[in-house]
Amino acid sequence: MNAENNIKTFIVKKPLKLDCGKTINEFPIAYETYGSLNKNKDNAILVFHALTGDQFVTGQNPITKKDGWWSYAVGPDKAIDTKKYFVICANVMGGCMGSFGPSHEDPSTGTAFGTNFPVITINDMVNAQYNLLDHFGIDKLFSIAGGSMGGMQVLQFISNFPDKAKTVIPIACTSSHSAQNIAFNELGRQAIAADSNWKGGDYSSEDTIPNKGLAVARMAAHITYLSKKGLQEKFGRKLQEREDLKFGFDADFQIESYLRYQGSVFVDRFDANSYLYITRAMDYFDLAKQYKGNLSDAFRATRAKFFIISFTSDWLYPTQENKDIVIALNSIGADVGFVEIESDKGHDSFLLDVPDFLSALKNFLDKSYTEN
Amino acid sequence: MKNEFQVIAELIEKDKKVLDVGCGDGILMQFLKNNKNTNIRGLEISKSKVQECIAKGLTVIEGNAEKDLKQFPDKSFEYVVLSQTLQAFLNPELVINELLRVGKKAIVTIPNFGYWRVRLHLLIKGTMPITKTLPDEWYNTPNIHMCSIKDFFYFAKSRNIKIFKSLAINNQNVSIINDSNLTIKNFFADLGIFLIEK
Repeated sequence: MNAENNIKTFIVKKPLKLDCGKTINEFPIAYETYGSLNKNKDNAILVFHALTGDQFVTGQNPITKKDGWWSYAVGPDKAIDTKKYFVICANVMGGCMGSFGPSHEDPSTGTAFGTNFPVITINDMVNAQYNLLDHFGIDKLFSIAGGSMGGMQVLQFISNFPDKAKTVIPIACTSSHSAQNIAFNELGRQAIAADSNWKGGDYSSEDTIPNKGLAVARMAAHITYLSKKGLQEKFGRKLQEREDLKFGFDADFQIESYLRYQGSVFVDRFDANSYLYITRAMDYFDLAKQYKGNLSDAFRATRAKFFIISFTSDWLYPTQENKDIVIALNSIGADVGFVEIESDKGHDSFLLDVPDFLSALKNFLDKSYTEN
Repeated sequence: MKNEFQVIAELIEKDKKVLDVGCGDGILMQFLKNNKNTNIRGLEISKSKVQECIAKGLTVIEGNAEKDLKQFPDKSFEYVVLSQTLQAFLNPELVINELLRVGKKAIVTIPNFGYWRVRLHLLIKGTMPITKTLPDEWYNTPNIHMCSIKDFFYFAKSRNIKIFKSLAINNQNVSIINDSNLTIKNFFADLGIFLIEK
């Protein structure tokens, strides 16, 4: 498998000043597109991925050989219809699917950046991806959409570039990472740091990588993406290929086996240092703080039409945090719609086959597009 | 579109910003958007109705009028419409105050409990009235604060709410209610429509 051949990349020539104070030059952004850009260049949708996503939104991911992370929502005739729209998605900065990240070579040392990579923010990610508009010659996006960290990027994008999107769809997200969000991310980071293979982030020169720490981080995080009810219905106390308890510490229960599996497949496709950097970026996200505590000010300059979606069983980014964004928008008379979708699939609902969600997304986009 | 919505739409001039509280499946919103170039928003508690509105391309927020009106700034809409839901709130007075805070004007419609069929039903049958506009049984009705046209009139007066226009609907007939015909309209009208301001 030649991974590099499957990754489209362009080099951003414009220097980018990061929130940490450093400036980066000539850095790569890896991206993928679906559908085709029309003549007027007014059918483009920029999709932002979540923590562990990548630019391969739909179809088979050429690197992992699995379905793209938003295959339920994006594709021909789907909610984000690629027969109609031109979908662009970039790997976030700090990621590990070709965009500038900690596994890239540090020219000053000749080895991977590791933890010498600058600490990046959601703002930095969005500013980097903004270059995609120039790259494709798009003046204004028809829509920007994303769930979870993707939703945070959506909010940051429209606040940075208020006239660059007609419609704005933040899904299952927040305008500010809560203490609980930070706590879970810290748990994941500490799991990685506790793996002796991590070596302060300087592991890439050796064969040993912090697989165990990263797997535990993923297992813990995975629980937060599901709901108690969903877990209970799917697994309950069912045993894993055994008749009775074994009085040991193997995976007796299906849920244990499931989590171990989730952890083990994750390490094949994700880099531990990227996990540290991206979770840090999420934790630093506080859009209201960027506007002296007034979230409404983040959206005052835009005329875009917002559609905010949350899920009943999402306790990671609960409805109230999504509603806070609605309230901030309503208080300045912005054009905002909001729906809370009934689902017991937890935070992950936005990635799954949840018909009410997918039809709401489709109807909003298609109706807004005809009114274009 | 039902007669009531026709009457409400006639009360609203072109090119205004309007909030439809309890907008249901968005029929009135759609009419105002298409015919009056209204900048229209909706608030609706039912998830399935919100979905219907989205499918019509309408901007709707899922929410509850008793809790979620407070997010809108003072006088941020020219009109706020509340169609036949006042009687379903735990605290109708609070909702009226919120409508009048958020809207420069409010249009409120009520199923009239003073309507002769309602009175007759209770008088003759001795059971809770069921009519076309009040189709539910006492045990499953959402309506917990029924009032008559007269009640609403007196309420407005006692709270210094200005009634600009009040209309009575009986079947297809629309007529104006005033102080002198109040008792008669309260007897014959099925539905009252009030344009108010504070």
